[in-house]
Amino acid sequence: MYLRLIFTNLRRHRIRSFISLAGIALSVAAMLTVVTILQGAIGMFSGILSSGAELIVFERNVSDLFFSDVPKSAAAQIAGWPVVAHADPVLFGVVSSSDHPIITCFGITPEDSRLLKATWVAGNVADFGQHKDDVVLGQRAAEFLSASLGTQVPIGHGIFRVVGIVKTANGFEDGGVFMPLAESQTFFHKEGSSVITIRLRSKDEIAAFKQQVRVAYPNLIALEDAEFSRTYSQFKILKATAWAVGGCGLALGGLGVANTMIMSVFTRIREIAILRVNGFSNMQIAATILGESAVIAIAGAAAGLAIGTAALYGLKAVPALHGYVDVSLQPLLMLIVVVLALITGVLGALYPAGYAVRVRAVEALRFE
Amino acid sequence: MSSFSNSPAEKRVVIRAEGVWKSYDAGSISVLKGVDFEAQAGQAVALAGPSGCGKSTLLHLVGGLDTPDHGRVAVNGVVLNRHRDMVQFLRHEIGFVFQLHNLIPDLTLEENCLLPAQAAGVDPRVARERLNELTLRTGLQGRLKHRIQKLSGGERQRTALCRALMNRPRILLADEPTGSLDEQTAAIVFDLLLNLARGEGVTLLMATHDLALARACDRVVTMHDGRIHEPQPVLS
Repeated sequence: MYLRLIFTNLRRHRIRSFISLAGIALSVAAMLTVVTILQGAIGMFSGILSSGAELIVFERNVSDLFFSDVPKSAAAQIAGWPVVAHADPVLFGVVSSSDHPIITCFGITPEDSRLLKATWVAGNVADFGQHKDDVVLGQRAAEFLSASLGTQVPIGHGIFRVVGIVKTANGFEDGGVFMPLAESQTFFHKEGSSVITIRLRSKDEIAAFKQQVRVAYPNLIALEDAEFSRTYSQFKILKATAWAVGGCGLALGGLGVANTMIMSVFTRIREIAILRVNGFSNMQIAATILGESAVIAIAGAAAGLAIGTAALYGLKAVPALHGYVDVSLQPLLMLIVVVLALITGVLGALYPAGYAVRVRAVEALRFE
Repeated sequence: MSSFSNSPAEKRVVIRAEGVWKSYDAGSISVLKGVDFEAQAGQAVALAGPSGCGKSTLLHLVGGLDTPDHGRVAVNGVVLNRHRDMVQFLRHEIGFVFQLHNLIPDLTLEENCLLPAQAAGVDPRVARERLNELTLRTGLQGRLKHRIQKLSGGERQRTALCRALMNRPRILLADEPTGSLDEQTAAIVFDLLLNLARGEGVTLLMATHDLALARACDRVVTMHDGRIHEPQPVLS
């Protein structure tokens, strides 16, 4: 009977219920899309950093890795430590071209696993680093720079020759420029690198390696991938922003539900009085109001998940966003979004429910 | 919770109002002015009088929908006040029939009638049996799945009567139950109301303008200007 009352009331005001449901659905879709994209971006950035490595060494207490400066000597020494199987110094920089104000630049050595693992669309890995003005472009970067193998491309204040084009699954890399490390150091006026990515001979040595870095280079820090993703302030800001934007969307959806439920209660004061005269308790009356909002929230969340997923797949199909959108939906994220929608819906109905239980039957029924 | 002490002779008094005053709009509209009233178990009592004399207000006070400014109202020996569990009272002791049936229009006849049973947590099977019994007696058995909008005025009022009796209340309060019906339908509904109340042993307190209907009750109490003006002797 409760469900009957709930669905009857929702059906009675179809348009209002639909608008409210749409508000929740769009909020959920927005939250899902924003959080998934940003988490995907974080994952991609994290992937750039690690690229198969286990540890990242960078300057302690920097807010942004672009400002990190790891001395060349430290990179050389750490690479020589017995526990280290492989060490890749990487210099991150941002350059621009005439049409693209931000292009990520990777200053790497020819041994860097990024180029070794990439699919070479044109050129050969052996050609990388042979001449100082040579660059390898990600496939998308080659597209927007209209570059092909052997062409000269203006990047920043220099002109570079394209010696290779690679395809990678990572959006930042696919839209980026790979320069020999030495050339990038000159280009960006830095002596060292931004980070060193480390692969150890044994994972059992991780704690010992971190301790060794702490002792030998007090101004550097070594973090495991997951540890880095958790603690890097830029990631924290991005995550907080994503949740804040999504939260604002949900709050607006909640206001929509509140508005709908207030209108719903105001237009059936008499009906609530009838329920009261027939023995409905405050809890039972509140349950019908909260039930309505819960139905709106759940249906809205389901619709929002569908819309959000479709939007993510749609964005992924946009060529310009290739590699930037990770559509791997996380069940936990979906659960959180649904629960938040439900909480929002119920919170939005608290005032109307409170109003409904204060309805005095005698006043509502006096004037027939 | 306080009680009236009924003497053995008064054992069957189920409704008692003592010195009841009620006003609205911060006292500017005085509706009841010291009403003393009582009704015995199983009686059908008609509250007669002109509009605004306080009939409905007295019914609301007896039904626990409102509280008196002064004086007290007791039902089944227990004073209605803020200490009393009014939800249980409304579920099990009182049934209401209003002039405008007050049914929920988008629900079916069956769903409307089952509302009190649902509120009281009555076993659905038991509730359905009771509903079948009541609809059979009121001639509504073929209309169970019909929405209220599809019912005639008389059918709606009979539905309201079924709903009021669903939980077997001991007191039935009817506020101008035939006031919105034509003469012929009103007579049918009133006969049904009276017969059902008598058949179930329910105490009926009915506000009405219609003196002819009032006279068919066991007792007629006339109200005027907020007072029990001329209590009539019990007729039967």
